[in-house]
Amino acid sequence: MAWTREQMAQRAAREFRDGYYVNLGIGIPTMVANYIPEGMTVTLQSENGMLGMGPFPYPGDEDPDLINAGKQTITELADSSYFDSATSFGMIRGGHIDLSILGAMQVAQNGDLANWMIPGKMVKGMGGAMDLVAGVKQVVIIMDHNARDGSPKLLKECNLPLTGAGVVDLVISDVGVFEIGGSGLVLTELADGVTVDEARKRTDADFSVAAEIAA
Amino acid sequence: MDKVFPDAPSALNGVVKDGMMVMAGGFGLCGIPEFLILALRDTGAKDLTVVSNNAGVDGAGLGLLLETRQIKKMLSSYVGENKLFAQLYLNGELELEFNPQGTLAERIRAGGAGIPGFYTKTGVDTVIADGKEEREFNGKRYILETGLFADLAIVKAWKADTSGNLVYRKTARNFNPMMATAAKVTIAEVEEIVDPSELEPDQIHTPGVFVQRIIRGGGYDKTIEHLTTRERA
Repeated sequence: MAWTREQMAQRAAREFRDGYYVNLGIGIPTMVANYIPEGMTVTLQSENGMLGMGPFPYPGDEDPDLINAGKQTITELADSSYFDSATSFGMIRGGHIDLSILGAMQVAQNGDLANWMIPGKMVKGMGGAMDLVAGVKQVVIIMDHNARDGSPKLLKECNLPLTGAGVVDLVISDVGVFEIGGSGLVLTELADGVTVDEARKRTDADFSVAAEIAA
Repeated sequence: MDKVFPDAPSALNGVVKDGMMVMAGGFGLCGIPEFLILALRDTGAKDLTVVSNNAGVDGAGLGLLLETRQIKKMLSSYVGENKLFAQLYLNGELELEFNPQGTLAERIRAGGAGIPGFYTKTGVDTVIADGKEEREFNGKRYILETGLFADLAIVKAWKADTSGNLVYRKTARNFNPMMATAAKVTIAEVEEIVDPSELEPDQIHTPGVFVQRIIRGGGYDKTIEHLTTRERA
């Protein structure tokens, strides 16, 4: 037993606070929008130039001039705003966005993140990821704990080119939740049915275990 | 002076030459100058350096200029979704300079505002920082990025008045306003050209000083890359 993608997204949504401005990456991070707690105001930023991103449109209501950063059709809300790319990244780089949730290829125990490039393979580009991790106040990673070949993604050191150095605050994987802070990498939550031993077997990074789950 | 031209080919007349740097607005296929890209292809100009967040897709947008091998170098942040691009790049037929998206936007904004360089924390300790000056401000590290200024900018807006004031629509705005400021000649293509009395001065996104030529494009494709909908409840 381990967390499903939906459960990982649900867990990530617990990082939301009332009034937060949030940027969600493509893939599982996008799903986190489905779990905004009732009664909480969370405003979604789309780095191509929109604050207050609404849900996908009903069939027939789609507008080619209204897309998100994943180039999917979306809708606007009553309090939405549009702006150019320089203003958008001014928001991001200037520290006005509270939370960024992204995927990852590798995360190191010191918070280094690699999620844009595999040398020798065709590189698609970093898009806005380097700006997001450099500028947003809190960076949360959602990822499968291991790669498809089973190799660990939470490492002592990244060996892929970095997106940012020392930028990750929290990692949510199918195994559980890891915090990165002053005391290094700490396993703070375990997914249902996962043991500390199993977490260690599936992880290359050194980590300590929070008192609540060490027992 | 009349800024309004009858069509895209006439607007490009006299401003296109081999080896020039062209900025092209748009994010994916949203807010791209469809008609000016087609007309630029038909000029046959080659060895172009093109600044654009993306490189179009196969058969649309800047993908059309890749088919004809008119682009020598791209400055972009993301070039997925384009098989021909990958093939040309891997064959060494196309140069590519990746810029983080925010750095690209700010380089264009700076270039248009007469700012030759700026410091940013984006890319510190990554390959993006290689060969760039690094400097500390208040104990934090930043790298020097330079402004960009092109020979020609082709942008897409929703409406223009005959003085060149522009208004964009929704997320089709993206890189267009900065690019309009950052070139020797800026040509805007729009869906509607109106009398100046019809645009509210308080609602102008790009003031007319930045725009030298205007055309109206008719019958936009506006291809949607990922049509995504939800079910009606």
